[in-house]
Amino acid sequence: MSQLSTFVVGKYLFGVDVSLVQEVVRLQSITPVPLAAPAIAGLINLRGEVLTAIDLRVRMGMTRSTSERDPVNVVIRVDDEPVSLLVDEIGGVLEVSQVPFEQTPSTVDERVREMLLGAYTLPDRLLLALNAQRVLALAEDARAA
Amino acid sequence: MDAIDEIVAEFLVESHENLDQLDRDLLALEQNPGSRELLASVFRTIHTIKGTSGFLAFHKLEKLTHVGENLLSRLRDGRIELNDDRATSLLKMVDAVRGLLAAIEATGAEGDADHSELIATLSALLEDGAAPAAAPAPAAEQPAEQAADAEVTAQAEPVAAAEAADAEHTDAEQTDAEHAGDEHDDHAAAEHADDEAGEHADPAVAGAPAAQATAAAGGGSTSSVATATKAKTPAEPAAVPAQGAPPIGEVLVTAGAATKDAVTVARMEQGLGDNRPLGSILVDHGAVTPAAVEHALEAQSGHRSVVDSSVRVDVELLDSLMRLVGELVLARNQLVSRLDDAKDASKDSSLARSAQRLSLVTSELQEQVMKTRMQPVDSVWSKMPRVVRDLAKTCGRLVRLEMDGRETELDRSVLEAIKDPLTHLVRNAVDHGIEPPDVRKAAGKPVEGVLRLRAYHEAGQVHLEIIDDGAGIDPQRIAAKALERGLISQAQLATMTSREIMHMIFLPGFSTMAAVTNVSGRGVGMDVVKTRIEGIGGSVDVSSKIGQGSTFRLTIPLTLAIIPALTIGCAQRRYAVPQVSVLELVRLNGEHARGGIELISGAPVYRLRDMLLPLVRLDEQLGLVPMGAADADGVVADESRGGFIVVLHAEQQRFGLVVDDVLDTQEIVVKPLGRHLKGIPVYAGATILGDGSVVLILDAATLARRSNVLNNSAGLAAADTADEAEVLDPVLVVEVAGDRRAAIPLEMVTRLEEIPSASIEHVGGREVVQYRGHIMPLVRLSTLLGAYGSEGGGEGVQLVVYTRGERSVGFVVERILDIASERIGTRSDIDDHALVGSVVIGDKVVELLDVESAVLAADPNFYTVAASTDTAYEEALA
Repeated sequence: MSQLSTFVVGKYLFGVDVSLVQEVVRLQSITPVPLAAPAIAGLINLRGEVLTAIDLRVRMGMTRSTSERDPVNVVIRVDDEPVSLLVDEIGGVLEVSQVPFEQTPSTVDERVREMLLGAYTLPDRLLLALNAQRVLALAEDARAA
Repeated sequence: MDAIDEIVAEFLVESHENLDQLDRDLLALEQNPGSRELLASVFRTIHTIKGTSGFLAFHKLEKLTHVGENLLSRLRDGRIELNDDRATSLLKMVDAVRGLLAAIEATGAEGDADHSELIATLSALLEDGAAPAAAPAPAAEQPAEQAADAEVTAQAEPVAAAEAADAEHTDAEQTDAEHAGDEHDDHAAAEHADDEAGEHADPAVAGAPAAQATAAAGGGSTSSVATATKAKTPAEPAAVPAQGAPPIGEVLVTAGAATKDAVTVARMEQGLGDNRPLGSILVDHGAVTPAAVEHALEAQSGHRSVVDSSVRVDVELLDSLMRLVGELVLARNQLVSRLDDAKDASKDSSLARSAQRLSLVTSELQEQVMKTRMQPVDSVWSKMPRVVRDLAKTCGRLVRLEMDGRETELDRSVLEAIKDPLTHLVRNAVDHGIEPPDVRKAAGKPVEGVLRLRAYHEAGQVHLEIIDDGAGIDPQRIAAKALERGLISQAQLATMTSREIMHMIFLPGFSTMAAVTNVSGRGVGMDVVKTRIEGIGGSVDVSSKIGQGSTFRLTIPLTLAIIPALTIGCAQRRYAVPQVSVLELVRLNGEHARGGIELISGAPVYRLRDMLLPLVRLDEQLGLVPMGAADADGVVADESRGGFIVVLHAEQQRFGLVVDDVLDTQEIVVKPLGRHLKGIPVYAGATILGDGSVVLILDAATLARRSNVLNNSAGLAAADTADEAEVLDPVLVVEVAGDRRAAIPLEMVTRLEEIPSASIEHVGGREVVQYRGHIMPLVRLSTLLGAYGSEGGGEGVQLVVYTRGERSVGFVVERILDIASERIGTRSDIDDHALVGSVVIGDKVVELLDVESAVLAADPNFYTVAASTDTAYEEALA
């Protein structure tokens, strides 16, 4: 995994293996799904295909976005099912093979930590590498009890 | 043509395919004589044809292919080389095989063609060097002879057939046919059949022995029966056009080959006892040329052969075709809805016309593509005779299986889904339904039991019935069993109708047999039957008369991919409800509006034509508003608000779904939900509407079950079994106000607190308290449950704190009483909001609190923002 597709969520810069990313689209219309886990933003129509959109802010324990702009959908394909991740801003693709890599510090909230592979220490900021599998592993218990 | 057995039809289709392949292979082989691969392929093909023809008793074919096979096996083994002569002979053999197949297809028999020369040639070619001298001569003559043979066959056969037929009989019918004149339908078919009897080898006559032989052969082998089912479809289209074909005389006249008079004269001669076919008479009279008759015969038969009229298509291709059509339907809907919107603004009539046309074509295309995926129910049923036979033997029953409506067609995905449930029901009927012969005899019934399978289309659905004339199902035995298994209580039983009792056989963990026989217990039980059938949007019903038998009725949608659905609006969102569940729509408007909704112990009902219709509010079910909050004080809130009641039926029960708006009905394409949402049973899937927006499809049965509106045995008992896991869970018993008591599952209780009443503050009309550095909303259970009086008259207030993540809600109660184990007394399901039900604990009725809705009453966003930090929460509150 030497190339990461990066995006901004809250104050953080996240990255996911570029090979997992199917496409990036800005879509305004999201159909909320009542009774679903809080991190599920809803359903989107991607050229006739219905995809689940996960709000990465909520997933990462941040507040929902209040931005007026349409959310950016980063469509990733894991286990052959495309899922959209809602992010604040899309960044570029970064070559990280030369960038020092650190384990996620243990002080990071455990729920967030388990979704991270680690952090690349870029000169100016940290790039948090996401474990896509874990991000999508929304536990069933997240549903309202 | 219908005399041609399915097996033969299948054999023909397969063989023709094989022969084409064979031609290509042989030609390639000539280019590349050494190729073992090609030789092996050719050998296999001929071997297959030989095997099947032997099995089907086509001895000529068998003999011919046998010699060919011998030659090929030698070639394959490298014992002899493929030279020109051998290749030619082999190709000739392929031609001869083709000729035989054509004869079989036309007449059902192999015909009289003589292949002994060819066989001799092929045999001669088995040895190196022996052939060249003898072979070329016959080989050269072969084609001509072959052709002549074929013609002779065509001529000879009909004569034989006609002669065989009773002369008088033919006369009478021929005259009849003439009188029938222009009358169509049944007569046309009869006339055609007559003409064919005269003119052509009558398939019905010539084909009969062969067909019988085949049937006999088929009966002896299971493998052939299994493969035969597929052939049914190809065989049919061929049979249909042949039925309506005009008589030969007419064809000749129309073609201008003969005059009307000449035909009439010939007919009359026939009528006077000339047994020859009409065509022959005409040729004799010099009225037509033999070629013209030949031509006319071809035209008359009109139908394309089995091989030409069917194409094998990969199922995956059909599936993807279906998906594409789905997309097209979506695009069409989109276009139409845009046009509707724009109608007033710009009246572009040509565009509208094009759209209309597109719409029509799309609908038709959709229908046709759907048809390609249709298969007769027989493809599943055909396995039943064997199942019944084997099972009847094992169980010592005498069973006759009758099947009605074999040709009823279903989408293949649906067929696949009903296979196991159907098999189970059939087994069940033989094993549990039909009694042993001695019992039947004693009961004065015929010794042989009858099991009937019926299939028919009705109202866009397919109905399948499994009917036995066995012992029937005794409701009392069912009831006793259910009580014994603890599936229901005596009190529940008292209120149940016998129909409801009957339906308990579909409950998980129910089996009326005292011992599990080796027949049952195959992993499919009645509960699985029900789940499977409901899983595809169908339903199961059972009715029975003791001593007379039982009927299981499955109602199944035709297809799963595209369904008509009603779009409704609720809380500014749209949802789709499959049309099959919708019975009617009731509009709530004017003065009454929602005031027309009445409450019975908190449960909303509506009087619909003097029947009480239990209601479910969609917004509550989807957690969009707190459960029962609007009705907490015993009055329906927002009385003046309009809305609709969508009357739905699920599991044989009616209930009303209260929604804000009813939008329209349209064909929707069901898209599956991703894995994150699969676990929410309220949704059957999603779809994309004309405007491109995604809409969730609601599942009526789940909605009904969730709200426990199905006040029938199944609903209640299912709820009970579902609760089984929490039966032993301890509950906290609290006093609410007055004398009312409530129970809260202990696992939902984080902490018990007592706070001074003075510390309660008011924020935006809500009561809150500062608790552990956060603001915690409070909810008074007395208000929530609609009790009289209020808690906290004194200085201290008792709180039950529920915490989830970093957020908490405090329930204000009068007094904390006790911790008890649930299910101490009987549990009844009061369909009240904010309550799950009630239990008797220490001879007091205690209401079980529905914590989720209670929490939502205090903080509607509790669950939706549960994961966010409390800064956000405080913002939300402010």
